[in-house]
Amino acid sequence: MRTRIRRAKAAQTAAMVLTGLAAAFIVAAALYLLAIIVMRGLPGVSWEFLTQPPRGQMKEGGIFPVIVGTLALTGLTAAVSLPVGIAAGIYLSEYATRGRVTRIVRLAISNMAGVPSIVYGLFGLALFVNLMGFGKSILAGGLTLACLTLPVIITATEEALRQIPSDLRQASLALGATRWRTIYRVVLPAAAPGIVTGSILGLSRAVGETAPILFTAVAYYKRQLPTSLLSDVMALPYHIYIMATQVTGRPDEIVWGTALVLVAGVTLVSVAAAGWRSLQRRKVRW
Amino acid sequence: MALASEKKGAMVIGIHENSSNGGEFELRDVSVTYGSELAVAGVSMDIERCAVTALIGPSGCGKSTLLRCLNRMNDEVSNATVGGSIKLDGTDIYGKDMDPVELRTRVGQVFQKPNPFPMTIYDNVAYGPRTQGLRQRGALDDLVERSLKRAALWTEVKKDLKKHAFELSGGQQQRLCIARALATQPEVLLMDEPASSLDPISTQQIEDTIAELKSSVTIVIVTHNMQQAARISDWTAFMLRESMEEPAALVEVGETRSMFTNPGDKRTEAYITGRFG
Repeated sequence: MRTRIRRAKAAQTAAMVLTGLAAAFIVAAALYLLAIIVMRGLPGVSWEFLTQPPRGQMKEGGIFPVIVGTLALTGLTAAVSLPVGIAAGIYLSEYATRGRVTRIVRLAISNMAGVPSIVYGLFGLALFVNLMGFGKSILAGGLTLACLTLPVIITATEEALRQIPSDLRQASLALGATRWRTIYRVVLPAAAPGIVTGSILGLSRAVGETAPILFTAVAYYKRQLPTSLLSDVMALPYHIYIMATQVTGRPDEIVWGTALVLVAGVTLVSVAAAGWRSLQRRKVRW
Repeated sequence: MALASEKKGAMVIGIHENSSNGGEFELRDVSVTYGSELAVAGVSMDIERCAVTALIGPSGCGKSTLLRCLNRMNDEVSNATVGGSIKLDGTDIYGKDMDPVELRTRVGQVFQKPNPFPMTIYDNVAYGPRTQGLRQRGALDDLVERSLKRAALWTEVKKDLKKHAFELSGGQQQRLCIARALATQPEVLLMDEPASSLDPISTQQIEDTIAELKSSVTIVIVTHNMQQAARISDWTAFMLRESMEEPAALVEVGETRSMFTNPGDKRTEAYITGRFG
């Protein structure tokens, strides 16, 4: 009897230590990654770095057009994928009846989520760049990134909507509201925190992708800012790639500084969203 | 009787000047089918204007299903079909000319669990009127105040109408839901076990509210609690599903006083005296 209890206690301790170690490892890895990027990147970041175009075969100057390019691509991605993704999520959660059609839609979404990003790059090249004739441009790149982001946003929206108790929908319908009014006045506001989280997750991934924009949007070097959606642009992840592999004799802090700008930008948006969410949570408790 | 109608008249002028005075239902051979399963069959009864009608019976006897026919909330369950005829003030509510969305502004519902919207107290009550297009601030304020008063919640919340509804207690939330339903100025209020999740004091407050309301609104209430039915209702309908092979049916309907003292059917007597259910 004694030994059995002692063994059970030992197993319990072992389980706690092992799961704790795994958690500690994650924290350590994240901190180390962040520390490296900050330590190596910070010396390269200055006001000039953020606001000037590159000079001297990109070995000097800043990354201003690169930042603008990524902002433009992300903006277009968001402008396309957010309305389409949220609308599709609403359809799946609120309107679609369970049956063959929804099964097909769901299958299509999980397939889209599983496609490697370089394949999206090829797809974008074939469809947006060549067939539709957009050329290498913000438009073609943004649309390609939107395809990549859509499954994440659709799934997040659907999940967030499903968490809303059906009581609330019933209450609204019973007050003489249509389904649509119920959705946009009651269900969507209540689900907004979840939808925002999922959307930012999807867009953050898009911001950092290189492969989908490789053939569809980016220029190796372009001092001028984009003038229209059909301009090609520089972009942060691609800039890191070419600086690290193609430019000989470049100062390292330019590469790390670019990485820091990318990571800091994504983190800033995530933190802002988290802050907004906790503000909402304080108001809404189930 | 004379006294009752005088009181009714006072209510019309004093509190509820905008809406008609209650509605009456006429149910003939009503049945409900879910997919291929006949759940309720052959229900014929009248529901009197400005009175409280209680639907009682054991769990699974179709009370809530029947209740949801009256505001066509069964339409929202995709495989439910309703047969027979249900008339509200003489108009077939399943007829071509009746829009379920409009019907639900005339027949309100209060649910078993308090389900306020995640918004302020004011916005909860104003939701129905705003849905109907009322935007004028003064008129909305009036309607919100009047509805909260009718639901006996006004004195507790008048100072913080901008407070989030979830900060109210369970009983207050349920009275808020009653106020919210009253704000569309319905002729009929359907209540599906409105006090079953509440403590005795909150239950008492809900029952008092019902007693106040019935002079201006027709009330149909589903309840598991026979003492509650006996206390608050004028009419009682007893429903029963005798076996899983048969649909639920209406056993009898009558004046509450005589039903509880002298039931016409042996099954009613057995249920009321607590021998099953």
